[in-house]
Amino acid sequence: MIRLKTPVSVETVRTLKAGEKVLLSGTVYTARDQAHIRLQNETHLPFDLEGAAIYYVGPTPERPGFVIGSSGPTSAYRMDGLAVPLIRRGVRIMIGKGDRSPAFIEALKTLDAVYLMATGGAGALLAACIKSKKVVLYEDLGTEAVHALEVEDFPCYVAYDVHGGNLFKD
Amino acid sequence: MREIKLQAVTEAVKKAVIEVNYHLDNSLVGLIQKAKREEKGTLARSILKDILDNQAIAREGNLPLCQDTGMVVVFVEMGHATWISGDLEAAINQGVREGYAEGYLRKSVVAHPFNRVNTQDNTPAVIHYAIKPGDGFKLKIATKGAGSENMSLVRMLTPAHGIDGVRDLILDTVKQAGGKACPPIILGIGLGGNLEKSALLAKEALLRELDDVNPDPDLAELEARWLEDVNKLDVGPMGVGGTTTCLAVKINTYPMHIASLPVGINIQCHSARHTEVTL
Repeated sequence: MIRLKTPVSVETVRTLKAGEKVLLSGTVYTARDQAHIRLQNETHLPFDLEGAAIYYVGPTPERPGFVIGSSGPTSAYRMDGLAVPLIRRGVRIMIGKGDRSPAFIEALKTLDAVYLMATGGAGALLAACIKSKKVVLYEDLGTEAVHALEVEDFPCYVAYDVHGGNLFKD
Repeated sequence: MREIKLQAVTEAVKKAVIEVNYHLDNSLVGLIQKAKREEKGTLARSILKDILDNQAIAREGNLPLCQDTGMVVVFVEMGHATWISGDLEAAINQGVREGYAEGYLRKSVVAHPFNRVNTQDNTPAVIHYAIKPGDGFKLKIATKGAGSENMSLVRMLTPAHGIDGVRDLILDTVKQAGGKACPPIILGIGLGGNLEKSALLAKEALLRELDDVNPDPDLAELEARWLEDVNKLDVGPMGVGGTTTCLAVKINTYPMHIASLPVGINIQCHSARHTEVTL
């Protein structure tokens, strides 16, 4: 079990190996399909992408008194083509579920980034690790807006590492 | 003639969409517990534990099982001797609207394939109607997430493909879906009819009780055999490998054209959320 805190350095990212369990803490930015499409054209962002972690999630609405609703990962393959330009801009960790394209996996190797898998359909369990939430971009997208989440010991598994290691059976 | 009150339909839909999004079916929980006991891989077991812990948290009623609380599918079975005064479709959608608001469920429906504007209340539901003899009135209600629905398909095979051709298509589809469909999955297989009928058969197969037995002994045997075949694929929970890829295979059939063998494959993730209501 490895404890990680964001933002992460290239050196730290290189030490991660596929199959390892990671407990992630710090700031994690949410973005799904629509936010990724818009981010392609943004030159200035209100947050730093260097060493950043992006979580593919669209939570359910929170009940009064709750930080967030159910918050499990969405299928990551939909972001494959859109993620690589963000890795070029410094993103080091992406969190989602399911396998990804050969081109994306290659980009992780050449650009020093990792893909972590969180357990799909475990949105209630994962919500407990999210301590705060605020919108930082695209509020009009609702659940798909970019949120800054503060997470504590958020459980995930290294799915693809920078050395070509692969958690999935394919 | 028996009147079915629209208000009762709205209430039933509302209650159902909330209930299924917080309470995983007990027989499904039992199957996942059994799979966890039998699974060899440490990682696969760890993921099955996450799934079991998750449903226990959701059961307390504050957080839905999954953030994808689905698009609502309703199969209406209406007896010929019942009547409704007004707009049944509107009553069902009102139930969806109220349920998704009161249950703090995610609104995941957009109005148009390209402008992607959210309808804000998770309507409309996808509704199928059947008229049956008698004065019964039944609603089969599912809230279906997109992860597994996106991995589903219809393929028009030919008679020469036979049983092996269908099996190969199923195995290939599950393999391609991998972790994206959120395994362990349940497979709804529709064989026969035509293009749209095979898809409907597959969806209805997913709405069967997990522990029911197919009344056709040949199909019952096929369900067991294909379940075994799928579990040899080594896809495993969330695609990490293991013997727990699929929890159940359900096959529904219908007569078809002499030249056709339509196959609908509807994949259901481990968070199978559906129920039946009789009014």
